[in-house]
Amino acid sequence: MAEVRLESVTRRFGDAVAVDHVDLVIADGEFVVLLGPTGAGKTTTLRLIAGLEKPDGGRVVIGGEDVSDRAPSERDVAFVFQQYSLYPHLTVFENLAFPLKSPARRMPKDEIAARVNKVAAMVRIDHKLANRSTALSGGEMQRVAIGRALVREPSIFLMDEPLSSLDAKLRAELRVELKRIQNEIGATLLYVTHDQVEAMTMADRIGILAEGKLLQIGTPREIYTDPVNLHVAARLGHPHINLLKPGLLPCESVPGDARTIGARTEHLEIRPSATNDANARVDWIEHLGDQNHLHISSDGEKIITLADPYAGINPGDTISLSLKNPLFFDENGHRIT
Amino acid sequence: MSEIRVENVRKVFGDFVAVQASSFVVEDGEFLALLGPSGCGKTTTLRMIAGLELPTDGKILLDGEDVTFNRARERDIAFVFQLFALYPHMNVRKNIGFPLKSQGMSRAEMRTRVEETAKLLRIDHILDRPVSGLAGGDRQRVALGRAIVRRPKCFLMDEPLGTLDAEFRSIMIRELRELHNRISATTIYVTHDQLEAMAMADKIAVMNHGVIEQFGPPQEIYDRPASMYVADFIGSPPMNFIGFNSGLKKGGNEIAIDHVNIRLPDLAEDVAPGEMALGVRPEHIRLRDEGGLRGSVYETEYLGTNQIVSIATVDGIVKARVPADRAFSHGQNVGLELDSDRLSVFVKETGRSVRTRAAGPAHG
Repeated sequence: MAEVRLESVTRRFGDAVAVDHVDLVIADGEFVVLLGPTGAGKTTTLRLIAGLEKPDGGRVVIGGEDVSDRAPSERDVAFVFQQYSLYPHLTVFENLAFPLKSPARRMPKDEIAARVNKVAAMVRIDHKLANRSTALSGGEMQRVAIGRALVREPSIFLMDEPLSSLDAKLRAELRVELKRIQNEIGATLLYVTHDQVEAMTMADRIGILAEGKLLQIGTPREIYTDPVNLHVAARLGHPHINLLKPGLLPCESVPGDARTIGARTEHLEIRPSATNDANARVDWIEHLGDQNHLHISSDGEKIITLADPYAGINPGDTISLSLKNPLFFDENGHRIT
Repeated sequence: MSEIRVENVRKVFGDFVAVQASSFVVEDGEFLALLGPSGCGKTTTLRMIAGLELPTDGKILLDGEDVTFNRARERDIAFVFQLFALYPHMNVRKNIGFPLKSQGMSRAEMRTRVEETAKLLRIDHILDRPVSGLAGGDRQRVALGRAIVRRPKCFLMDEPLGTLDAEFRSIMIRELRELHNRISATTIYVTHDQLEAMAMADKIAVMNHGVIEQFGPPQEIYDRPASMYVADFIGSPPMNFIGFNSGLKKGGNEIAIDHVNIRLPDLAEDVAPGEMALGVRPEHIRLRDEGGLRGSVYETEYLGTNQIVSIATVDGIVKARVPADRAFSHGQNVGLELDSDRLSVFVKETGRSVRTRAAGPAHG
């Protein structure tokens, strides 16, 4: 395993700057997730590290060596894509063994078998080694695709939305599995996604990308509780952070230059109130199974927060709503701390 | 607007029973979700109501009228598949008006109808734009407009949001439900996504192998699942099952697991000794240092406001949803305190839930 270092890496396509002076260090054995919408530069960043793109400026350093001018095959990197591209005519075993059979490796048969068996157990597909890859479910195919990256024992794993084509249940399962596997082998892993739950639950650190720029990098907790600007604050959190004008809701010590207040569930205090101090009304309650979202309106503004199902709050109720240590942002959207 | 009544409807394809004798009523203005995995019979049920498939047995009544053998176009139903199918060469107005044109409606009336529909969906400002340049959300609204402009008696929707990414889907879920609140058209909505069903439906029918396992309001299905199958299908993460071996007595309210006594809602029936499962939702577990069912922290998933903590216990992994302000470390020993009023008990062999006197009216 190895450390990956991007030093002021830039990649342009015509006039568009896909990756804009990105500085990023992924420590040996670290799981970093780049989170951003389509077009933020996530995939291009991965491709730059893999060597599938050449930077227009800056350096890519893997394990202390500048690899900016090296071909993909010389970088010892394994790439897992969203679409698992397995060989349909081969069995699971043969698919897993394929990267080891390259003539350049000259790996003996019994060693190949040993490695494949070990990896198959790790990705929990060892009971289906003899099956054709086409006879597998979506989740199993993606396990094989991840396994095929693992058998090579590369220095770095790059994963581009590998779970996004799977259904919700399977995705939740594989998130936990992938984190476990990464932990077990101490892999250096860079993973890109637009799914905030994947980022929050798997990453040691999350990097927030927007328009080719790395806005902030930190642990999930840091990014969630301590965002540097409005954009970052809005990337994480379900329901979405409420962005309110100062003065809408009672709040202690609002900085003078605050133009926007960011309020998540934990920043909102709700008290049932039938009296005159009520400043908000519950429009409706959205039942999401595991959680309920309270849709509230206050002076024409809409606010959504997680509801405690036992609080006894019902649609149509008037409530008194106040803020408790929310996030403040200035006119440029920068966080005021 | 109208009521849909399905009476003992069954559908067999060769040897395969796609839908076993099913009966349910969707009341006028109600939103029903047919929920289940692929192959459970939900789409076949919908297609029989639409008239795209004839039932092997049983009756379908639309507003009291037997339509079992009527053709699809004689049923005054709008069927919405993937919302994205628009005519790319027409503008928004023509796309929405298309179903009226084929009905032979006068131009003036068509114009009024299309504009009313567009206003309802808040897309009246883009009526003369080509659909090709529209953002995803507006395209969905246009497609919806085309379905509601005819003012059919009811809507049948087959996974209309299936292909959207998570963020956009939650926006459309909200809009579909708000639209339903405004026009109150009887709706049957087929999905495999429990979140869509929970968020939008007045009632949910959970299907499994052609059988409706439970039919009721979302919160009731969530709080009092009729079977382990339903309990596992609804919720994310789903309900935890902790195994124990015991008989149960009517009126009893306590069991022991791993030498820890656990209070239950009062049981409403006797159950012979055997393998049982205690069902507990992740958010009905609190973690504490001392006492409770013991386990060790295996994994935490941080979600911002709260976190999912996976705990290895004597009977496998149990997941708890707890506030995120407390950090847990791998291997840490914790006790599980269960919210007694919210527990379910199941008979493992059949998967059915044991009746309790608990859980009074649905909360929330």
